[in-house]
Amino acid sequence: MAYSEKVIDHYNNPRNVGTLDISDETVGTGLVGAPECGDVMRLQLKINPETGVIEDAKFKTFGCGSAIASSSYATELIKGKTIEDAQNIKNTQIVSELNLPPVKIHCSVLAEDAIKAAIDDFRKKQAQKNASEEVSA
Amino acid sequence: MKFPIYLDNNATTCMDPRVLDAMLPYFTEIYGNAASRNHDFGWQAEAAVESARETIAASIGADPKEIVFTSGATESDNLALKGVAEMYRSKGDHIITVTTEHKAVIDTCKALERSGFRATYLPVDSEGFIDLDRLREAITDQTILVSVMHGNNEIGTIQDIAAIGALCREKGVLFHTDATQTVGKIPFNVDDLNVDLASFTAHKIYGPKGVGALYVRKRKPRVRLVAQMDGGGHERNMRSGTLNVPGIVGFGKALELAVAEMAQDDAHCRSLRDQLWKSLQGPLDELYINGPDPLQHPGKRLPGNLNVSFAFVEGEAMMMGIKNIAVSSGSACTSASLEPSYVLKALGVGEDLAHTSIRFGLGRFTTQEEIDYTLDDVTKAVVKLREMSPLYEMAKMGIDLKSVEWAHH
Repeated sequence: MAYSEKVIDHYNNPRNVGTLDISDETVGTGLVGAPECGDVMRLQLKINPETGVIEDAKFKTFGCGSAIASSSYATELIKGKTIEDAQNIKNTQIVSELNLPPVKIHCSVLAEDAIKAAIDDFRKKQAQKNASEEVSA
Repeated sequence: MKFPIYLDNNATTCMDPRVLDAMLPYFTEIYGNAASRNHDFGWQAEAAVESARETIAASIGADPKEIVFTSGATESDNLALKGVAEMYRSKGDHIITVTTEHKAVIDTCKALERSGFRATYLPVDSEGFIDLDRLREAITDQTILVSVMHGNNEIGTIQDIAAIGALCREKGVLFHTDATQTVGKIPFNVDDLNVDLASFTAHKIYGPKGVGALYVRKRKPRVRLVAQMDGGGHERNMRSGTLNVPGIVGFGKALELAVAEMAQDDAHCRSLRDQLWKSLQGPLDELYINGPDPLQHPGKRLPGNLNVSFAFVEGEAMMMGIKNIAVSSGSACTSASLEPSYVLKALGVGEDLAHTSIRFGLGRFTTQEEIDYTLDDVTKAVVKLREMSPLYEMAKMGIDLKSVEWAHH
């Protein structure tokens, strides 16, 4: 199968590969997929709790070139966005940007899931933090 | 060095120029139909076919009358299994094969099951070998055929065909072997190996595609087949259809060369393969060989075959990273079915590792320079992709990946 130029570009020069501090309360981590399925994405977002703006995004992906490209593009897409805007990102945006063929659509779905999971994790952490602050106050 | 580098010789091989030279006259000069018995064009074509048949028969210790030409090993497997099943149906309805067989055998058995036969698919151990005792137990008075491949195309496992054949003979059951990966590569003699039927093909041994053969034993026991194609009654009524004369000539030449140069080809493929496997393990950790380890059991694995799981690196991504090297992968992403390799699964390789497997197939024309390049390129790709792999990071942190609750989708 031939890859689109954009997939090849993201594969060769992945944006924002890396790890953020998982214990940081302002970092949300989304880990989706499964090794047995052949793809696992980990997306981490550093979010400003005051403004709700995504200030940094890092990913690591085990998966095919399209999965790597989908997660790399997702980090580009959401950096600087508010949580609300990021939540509305649809996998179809990733499909059209990267020209993913039908058999690779699940890679874009996984990236969308990773964004949602990371935001959920951030919200959970914030809620816990607020709860514990209330208790101590 | 010419790019891309071809390391997929278990899929097919480059035709040897000497084979092409032998074939060429049969396209444009000696183009007669080998079945035309009344003019020189036909006689010459027939003579060429019979000469190739003699060469091929001699190469495997058979009589020329025991060689049936086909379009390839898939057809040979179909003809052997379906032909025997139909012919001996009154004797029994049971066939035994193995879970790691090529689809040409597995799917033929499934087709036979749909038409009322029963099939047993024997399991294999972690290196791909069947257990002779289990085979013995599986044989019943209804069993008419056992089919076990000689060398496995994915994982290189060489079964003990002689022992399996001996057991079948003792039990009075016919024995077929898919010898596609072994004829011309390692010694193959139908009497030494106790084989009654054997499938093989030209394009795996530097011959042309589209021509293969089925060995059908004529004496002790005499094997009979129901033809699977109706027509002019060619090939002693076992396979109708005008013979592929240039292809058969090429097949004969290819096998003649393969047998004459077997020791040389074997040593060449083996040494480069062993070197690749040994050297990969220097800079890289978490590598798993699929099939017998050639460094520990040199005789148990096909000479040019290496199948390695590069844990935490998905196979298709890996192939993208080594785009100058043509290999194949057991990863689901590279298959039409989106299922990882059933052969690896049968070994008990977890699906996570199956997704990371790469098969290297070295051949007669593989060079030292190419292997040096491959070693370097593969190492770089694995290092880069592992830096990008959340699984590698987690494993390095001591997280047991099996204990993680994954969100299956």
